[in-house]
Amino acid sequence: MAVTNPKFEASEALLAAYTTPVGAAWATEARAKAAAHLRAIGAPSKRDEYWKYTNPAALTELPTPSAALFTSDEAPMFDAIDRVKVVFVDGVLDAAQSDDLSLDGVEIETLAEATSKDIHWAKELFGVLEANGQNPVDRPLASLNTAVATEGLVIHVKAETAKPLALRYIHTSESSDAMVHHVIKVEEGAKFTLLESGPGAARFNSVLEVDVADNAEFHHVRTQGRDHERKTATHMYGRLGKESIYRSFTMTVNGMLTRNESVLEFTGDDAQATVGGASAGDGKDFHHDDTVFVTHDSVNCESRQVFKKVLRNGATGVFQGKILVKADAQKTDGYQISQGLLLDDDSNFLAKPELEIYADDVACSHGSTVGAIDEDAMFYMTSRGVPKAQAQDMLVLAFLGEAIDEIDNTDLADDIHARLAAWMERRRG
Amino acid sequence: MSDVIVKEGVEAETVEAVQALGGKYKYGFETDIEIEYAPLGLTEDIVRLISEKNEEPEWMLEWRLEAYKRWLQMEEPDWAMVDYPKIDFQDIYYYARPKSMAEEKPKSLDDVDPKLLETYAKLGIPLKEQALLAGVEAPEEERKVAVDAVFDSVSVGTTFQEELKKAGVIFMSISEALKEHPDLVKKYIGSVVPQSDNFYATLNSAVFSDGSFVYIPEGVKCPMELSTYFRINAENTGQFERTLIIAEKGSYVSYLEGCTAPQRDVAQLHAAVVELVIQEDAEIKYSTVQNWYPGDEDGKGGIYNFVTKRADCRGDRAKVMWTQVETGSAVTWKYPSCILRGDDSQGEFYSIAIANNMQQADTGTKMIHLGKNTKSRIVSKGISAGKAQNTYRGLVSMHPKAKDGRNYTQCDSLLIGDKCGAHTVPYIEVKNNSARVEHEATTSKVDDEQLFYCRQRGMDEEEAVALVVNGFCKEVLQALPMEFAMEAQALVAISLEGSVG
Repeated sequence: MAVTNPKFEASEALLAAYTTPVGAAWATEARAKAAAHLRAIGAPSKRDEYWKYTNPAALTELPTPSAALFTSDEAPMFDAIDRVKVVFVDGVLDAAQSDDLSLDGVEIETLAEATSKDIHWAKELFGVLEANGQNPVDRPLASLNTAVATEGLVIHVKAETAKPLALRYIHTSESSDAMVHHVIKVEEGAKFTLLESGPGAARFNSVLEVDVADNAEFHHVRTQGRDHERKTATHMYGRLGKESIYRSFTMTVNGMLTRNESVLEFTGDDAQATVGGASAGDGKDFHHDDTVFVTHDSVNCESRQVFKKVLRNGATGVFQGKILVKADAQKTDGYQISQGLLLDDDSNFLAKPELEIYADDVACSHGSTVGAIDEDAMFYMTSRGVPKAQAQDMLVLAFLGEAIDEIDNTDLADDIHARLAAWMERRRG
Repeated sequence: MSDVIVKEGVEAETVEAVQALGGKYKYGFETDIEIEYAPLGLTEDIVRLISEKNEEPEWMLEWRLEAYKRWLQMEEPDWAMVDYPKIDFQDIYYYARPKSMAEEKPKSLDDVDPKLLETYAKLGIPLKEQALLAGVEAPEEERKVAVDAVFDSVSVGTTFQEELKKAGVIFMSISEALKEHPDLVKKYIGSVVPQSDNFYATLNSAVFSDGSFVYIPEGVKCPMELSTYFRINAENTGQFERTLIIAEKGSYVSYLEGCTAPQRDVAQLHAAVVELVIQEDAEIKYSTVQNWYPGDEDGKGGIYNFVTKRADCRGDRAKVMWTQVETGSAVTWKYPSCILRGDDSQGEFYSIAIANNMQQADTGTKMIHLGKNTKSRIVSKGISAGKAQNTYRGLVSMHPKAKDGRNYTQCDSLLIGDKCGAHTVPYIEVKNNSARVEHEATTSKVDDEQLFYCRQRGMDEEEAVALVVNGFCKEVLQALPMEFAMEAQALVAISLEGSVG
């Protein structure tokens, strides 16, 4: 392809801007493959079908656009929960602030350690799930991450863990550009919970590759930090074995640009997956995008996508979801709902909920609704003496609550609920 | 249908009979008639030739040439979920007309070559101005349908012209309209679907040969239903018709469109443009039963149906309703759209798309809400059988000024058999909070219990599937004018024949 195409100029510039990491042969190979893929597809552009609703410029721009720091006196997320804490400061692991990387039934290494070993199980996963997820939709920012990321954790879960692993991403530099890449393998019958919180950096690009073996469970709850000016692109790749369970939920409040991509693939029968998200955006420069791709390639699996967005003052919410049911994935139950609640006239909700189905004995449905707050419900509450602002917040909470309900662990769900309520109350003053 | 599973209780003969029916296309005959062709391929000269044959004014030729120049720079779109060999645009005849229509255009239907009339009679389209239903003495007030019959590149004749004239309605082929009402055509052509709107519409702008023109003056309720029947007969030709309907203030018209083509091994191209202009308080109902030859079981032959249809609700309270039953064509690429510009204007889209054997359909609608309090409703039913692929692709867009806009979308897909596909690609863009948009979609297979119920009462499997499918399509069939609904219902059954198993 001619170099005149800005897509390819941008991808070359990005690859040149980062140092290629040194590692074992298998890791080098995976990184080279990802770089070659990025070269072939180019950087994302507004003209790409899957970037139609989100302008990727701020995610690919060089030098990295800066983001002011946000300080808050609220207690850090998940602090009240018994967990093993790992802290990344501007995308770099900070051992001093972190707990020991030890958790019964789990082996935790850094990406640098794992990729320096000539023989490592991560060879089968690192860059592999990410590369699988490049088809049929290009994910250039994930390729870039695989090619250049040196930070991250490589986690081997061999049994049911007693407590979750909590990753906290702290943002301390206005011009930080972070690339974090985690690889997780949950062995047969094991059970693991991963928590993530915080903005990470001025610009944060993460890839999470998770292999869930037969009968295993993976739970994931994430909050993305309230730093208003941050730009974030996350990628989550999940592969599900037989009778496995995969549940992921993301809460986002504020953030100039957030793109959360989730790519799940069912490879074993009778498995279940849920990807959910709740987001609240305020202001013209809030843009939040959930892009989900679920592939059913095995029998009798169930997938749920539940996304709710509350938008005000010109905020934009995007949902692009897809369920692909391959010809042999009979008895699939696929469900997808995306809902936008617009609190005023300037906000936008843009959705593309897709189904692609090649098997005949399936039940797949999707729904998408957009609208204003229910006037009848407002009237009901105000007529009972609830002040208008409070009534609106209650309805917003109830609306987002339907997505938060997708979290299995009630402690975590309550925590998120309470925090959301507190944010709203504070903003009401 | 090679591997029909013989279920218990189903006699082998029944299965054979069903197999024999598979892929049967009633309208696949060819009319043996002398045809005059333009030279093969597309050049500027061909564009000039088409314009000359139609004795068009100079501006029309200029307009065509401009479109042709733009087309040369465009690329064929590839985003639809359809897959077909690349079209060689130089291996198509862009103009073909029966010789009998060449020298002097018949003055009335009585002068039309009997062979042509026979063709339409055989297709069940009466071109004689007589009672519509054969064998029935039609009472005076019997619903009449005026027909414009388009055969390959030319209009053969238009019925009931006199009677329509009395009401002030203009209904004629677009080539005639260019001669008789050039100002009207000039004013509206390309005003809804611009000259270079998309690849196929631009091609059509350059080479359209005929089509229908309808003008309903202010306050007139068209006294009868109007219809156009398109027939492709000549080999290796493309059909490029252009339909333009203008409904002035407070007027009403119901327009029907039907199409068929002979059964051939080589695919043929059909790229039409339909423009509807709807003024204040006017209403257009546009119904299509598309039954182009779908190709054989192995996907050989058939029509590539790449059509651009758009309605522009310009005035307040304007109303448009698209109803389509898509059973034919090897490949369908078609998105009848509504631009809801006037306040309180309404757009409706009802569609049944049936794809069997190797057919591929990528169809849907666009509802562009610009005016206040605009409403739209989309009901789409896609049915896939055999090895077919059926995609609903649609856009609902609520602009910031479309206060209190409403949309309801329902698209359901039904899969018959395990080798086909059903896909849904809706785009929802909402830019103001008083708008309410609801989208629902489901995909399922024909319900076993319903089938069992029917079978238990003595229906064979074919009949049972047809009944269940008819029930599935009910909401759309009900939106069709009565005569069409009957035909559509029969079509739904026919195109699914042989798909069980």
